[in-house]
Amino acid sequence: MTFRAQHLLGIEKLAPDEITTCLDLADRYAEDNRKGRAHRDVLEGLTQINMFFEASTRTQASFEIAGKRLGADVMNMAMQSSSVKKGETLIDTALTLNAMRPDLLVVRHPNSGAVDLLAQKVTCAVLNAGDGRHEHPTQALLDALTIRREKGRLHRLSIAICGDIAHSRVARSNILLLGKMENRVRLVGPPTLLPSGVQDFGVEVFHDMREGLRDVDVVMMLRLQRERMDGGFIPSEREYFHRYGLDAEKLACARDDAIVMHPGPMNRGVEIDGTIADDINRSVIQEQVEMGVAVRMAAMDLLARNLRARRGAEAAGVMV
Amino acid sequence: MKTLFENARLIDPEAGTEAPGHLLVQDGRILDRLEPGAETGGIEARRIACGGACLAPGIVDIGVKVSEPGERHKESFASAGRAALAGGVTTIVTRPDTLPAIDTPETLEFVARRASADAAVNVLPMAALTKGRDGREMTEIGFLLDAGAVAFSDADRVVTDTRVFSRALTYAKSLGALVIAHVQEPGLSAGAAVTSGKFASLRGLPGVSPMAERMALDRDIALLEMTGAAYHADQITTARALPALERAKANGLDITAGVGIHHLTLNELDVADYRTFFKLKPPLRAEEDRMAAVEAVGSGLIDIICSMHTPQDEESKRLPYEEAASGAVALETLLPAALRLVHAGQLTLPQLFRALSLNPARRLGLACGRLAPGAPADLVLFDPEASFRLDRFTLRSKSRNTPFDGAILQGSVLGTWVAGVRPDA
Repeated sequence: MTFRAQHLLGIEKLAPDEITTCLDLADRYAEDNRKGRAHRDVLEGLTQINMFFEASTRTQASFEIAGKRLGADVMNMAMQSSSVKKGETLIDTALTLNAMRPDLLVVRHPNSGAVDLLAQKVTCAVLNAGDGRHEHPTQALLDALTIRREKGRLHRLSIAICGDIAHSRVARSNILLLGKMENRVRLVGPPTLLPSGVQDFGVEVFHDMREGLRDVDVVMMLRLQRERMDGGFIPSEREYFHRYGLDAEKLACARDDAIVMHPGPMNRGVEIDGTIADDINRSVIQEQVEMGVAVRMAAMDLLARNLRARRGAEAAGVMV
Repeated sequence: MKTLFENARLIDPEAGTEAPGHLLVQDGRILDRLEPGAETGGIEARRIACGGACLAPGIVDIGVKVSEPGERHKESFASAGRAALAGGVTTIVTRPDTLPAIDTPETLEFVARRASADAAVNVLPMAALTKGRDGREMTEIGFLLDAGAVAFSDADRVVTDTRVFSRALTYAKSLGALVIAHVQEPGLSAGAAVTSGKFASLRGLPGVSPMAERMALDRDIALLEMTGAAYHADQITTARALPALERAKANGLDITAGVGIHHLTLNELDVADYRTFFKLKPPLRAEEDRMAAVEAVGSGLIDIICSMHTPQDEESKRLPYEEAASGAVALETLLPAALRLVHAGQLTLPQLFRALSLNPARRLGLACGRLAPGAPADLVLFDPEASFRLDRFTLRSKSRNTPFDGAILQGSVLGTWVAGVRPDA
């Protein structure tokens, strides 16, 4: 078992064996969660602070439940209504919190790189719960776990990521993770919603969704933010749904056993047809949410082990 | 009173030569150049033993931000002067993007007075081209010229209204004033923190296409054909802008171009994990663009290398990358960093000083920048080989936002003379 990381800031810095370690542990937690078996000793005595500088319901709830199932003392800080509004800088906020000696810090921030910056200033373990358009590592891990459980493997699969890739941290982290695990990744979307330099990503790019979905094993849909639908990036909501919304006809291009994923929250009728989202034979969207808790339990467990080892070594005066 | 610089390697950008010799200075001006074997024993002069180090015309740095008035805690004329001396810069040409902007003769006179009282080097102010740098109404170009403005520029803001810009160019032309413009299509560059491409996408940062520079340059070239004004593009940093620049020069337009030292020595990947000291305007470019800019300096297509010295305090840099302020200090590191290009075999020393001293002086109509008899004795003596590791807290600037912190630089300034006098001695 290998997991060397001190923080979970992004998939970019993880090695394939670290990803596998995390998924293996998450798999066990997923089974135990289903059986109602708790592990309240794993994070016992540790304090977990959720700092969300950007509104979130599901991710924050998922981290909170994960922490509580493992016995951590969990505290939520709604950063939008706090000292940040009074002009305190991110670094000052971080230093203030650090002085309260938390053990696990879960951070979401609207600026890319903000969580990296914060991690440099604190002594606890930091988990990135989404920073700007940069990364959302636990989302990619939970997607990977869902795929692995559904498909029985996490390599040599053909996976289409569809929609607003340019503005999506979920897409970034998934492209990195699926690439590291040696899958074929396709990006499908209108050119205005694809990131610059996409030709250098080592992925295949499609502007035609039917072509892009041809024979894929996994269809990963992304949320289209309301503010992008105003004619700036795409002409209109209905034209987008017509060309890039996932419906039965487009899904028929994929393999018969292809699964449909969505990180949520969904815009039914914009990027995904409601009946497909609810089709229990194809959609694994509910399982993704379930795996989210398991993956976050695993990630916090692994980081806490490294944190305890580091502190133990420091206490013993060993250079680490 | 005469001063004799003995046994120097004389870097003459005008003649394109570097050769051993002595330099005789009298009353603040260069009197004569002497061959290595010349009989100097009889000359009655204060002697400075150069010991084979390089002696070159002092650097003329176009586009230095001194944060007076408005943000004196970031940089004052006194601190900028000390930094310039330490970096071999004998003339700083200040930017008007202060608070408030230098857009009236009165504020310009304030700057000139502060500069002459505090700064140990020559300070020549630029003035804003439009009032408040807002791009709507031109400033009093005539009065500002009389008050000593050497060029007109809205610094990093682009005059988007082509009618306003064409009139300002026409008016400036009638007075023989030089207009310096930032070339960046603002519609594309709004909100951008890095250059678009794979790196920008991986970091999730908003990027600007390198084409934005070409587009702005193309527009300005068209306006120059229309108006015939004297024009300098502050920073050309992309390969794609170079053919347009070359054509404009071939067509006989009065156009020159500069480039900042960081765009010649760093590329976009140096930003790495959101290092805000590498956040510049325009942003750092791809390696191919950097190489193209270096080559263009060698060929003379890009005329001028400048520091784009932009002091920022720690608070404005200790922020998430998108929110952090742009700019880096460079007065002290300009020469050592530029010597990287010499050590890499990409430029010769005379080529380097053509871009650092001769061309900027010529563009502004100054007599300095040369080693010829009669020219002002603004000189820099440096050892191009001596290497050191830069500790940013040793910089003389009030702000220490340099991307070269911890980097090994090769080339040390041994002394700087302004009009034959070493101000820090």
